[in-house]
Amino acid sequence: MCGLAHFFEDEGIATTFIALIREHAVAIRAPRALWVPFDLGRPFGAPDEPAFQRRVALAALTLLESGQGPVVLADFPDDAPGPKAEDATGWVCPVSFAPPPDGDDGPAAAMLREIGELAPWYQLSSDRRGRTTVGVSGLEMPAAARFVASYLDGTPAGNPRPDRPASDVFKDCCSDIMAYYMEAGTAKPGRRSSMDVQNWFWRDTAAGRTFLEVREKLRRGDDEILRFVVERILLPKTQHG
Amino acid sequence: MARMEDLVPAEQDHMRALPLPKFASEPWVEGPPLSQRRVAIVTTAGLSLRGENLFARGAADYRVIPADADPADILMSHISVNFDRTGFQDDVNVVFPIDRLKELADAGKIGSVAEFHYSFMGATDTAHLEASARELAGMLKEDGVNAVLLSPV
Repeated sequence: MCGLAHFFEDEGIATTFIALIREHAVAIRAPRALWVPFDLGRPFGAPDEPAFQRRVALAALTLLESGQGPVVLADFPDDAPGPKAEDATGWVCPVSFAPPPDGDDGPAAAMLREIGELAPWYQLSSDRRGRTTVGVSGLEMPAAARFVASYLDGTPAGNPRPDRPASDVFKDCCSDIMAYYMEAGTAKPGRRSSMDVQNWFWRDTAAGRTFLEVREKLRRGDDEILRFVVERILLPKTQHG
Repeated sequence: MARMEDLVPAEQDHMRALPLPKFASEPWVEGPPLSQRRVAIVTTAGLSLRGENLFARGAADYRVIPADADPADILMSHISVNFDRTGFQDDVNVVFPIDRLKELADAGKIGSVAEFHYSFMGATDTAHLEASARELAGMLKEDGVNAVLLSPV
């Protein structure tokens, strides 16, 4: 990100940069940076807080009027509204999943059942928010789930998006499933931290258990790209160990 | 939580080990008062419009997001899972503050909002972004942009 600032300035366009990791901004010496003490993924602080977001944007933009170059680093003084990522808020997902009808039939079947049970909550979320971030895979949710779960078998299902590499489709399906669960689980407004939601997905859902089982299987597999995907860009570091 | 000490140890180790770019020069561009600036957002959140090609691992290209894009059409395909997405799911402005820029323009705090905004995929090595960034600078100038607000995740 800071590198982009350097290239744009070098081309004659002034920049100002939101810095989420202060140590990086110091080391890179971006022309103008506003360090903010917000969660990674939330450079403007918190959702649905327009006044606060506007303050952050204006604080960053005001650095454009500083004559103290070639390096200006300022600190935003306030934490974002609401709980921080790591806060435990006592949030409990309002969706309670029904037990399997005939005993434990495995995480993949349970994931497909969960997806069905979450459907009304997902619809509620889409109606309330007016949008969904599901859609990167281009597949319907059951198809995405079946493709991911097929990696638990020795022979994965055929690539449902032959226009893209199967490893990319696998990653996109995982992203869509996570987004679907998180949007459905948070359909009702309430006080929650991002870690509450993440912990729920990875620890309390069959989808999370399916992902972990697939991860363990692919880590031992021969496909180098899929090994990279499951080891590096599937399980958040906050869920390691 | 983006204070280094608040990150989990594995994330701290990752952040400290990240190779950071070093530059021989320190370019610095000045300009008119903020109230006369035309501002564009450039984010590294891996945003694209629904139906467009997604960002792949190592992608060095960028996507164009019109200022009047429907938030329902904005997707995120950043490859990292090590940042919060629930904020973006609730409100696109937490990453891409297009509504805030429009409000600042309406209030006369900034001059205007660019017609087009842009997204890269931030997990890509900075050196690989240089050619695209320099190309993009030309497009920004064509749009009359003289200030870029950079938004990472």
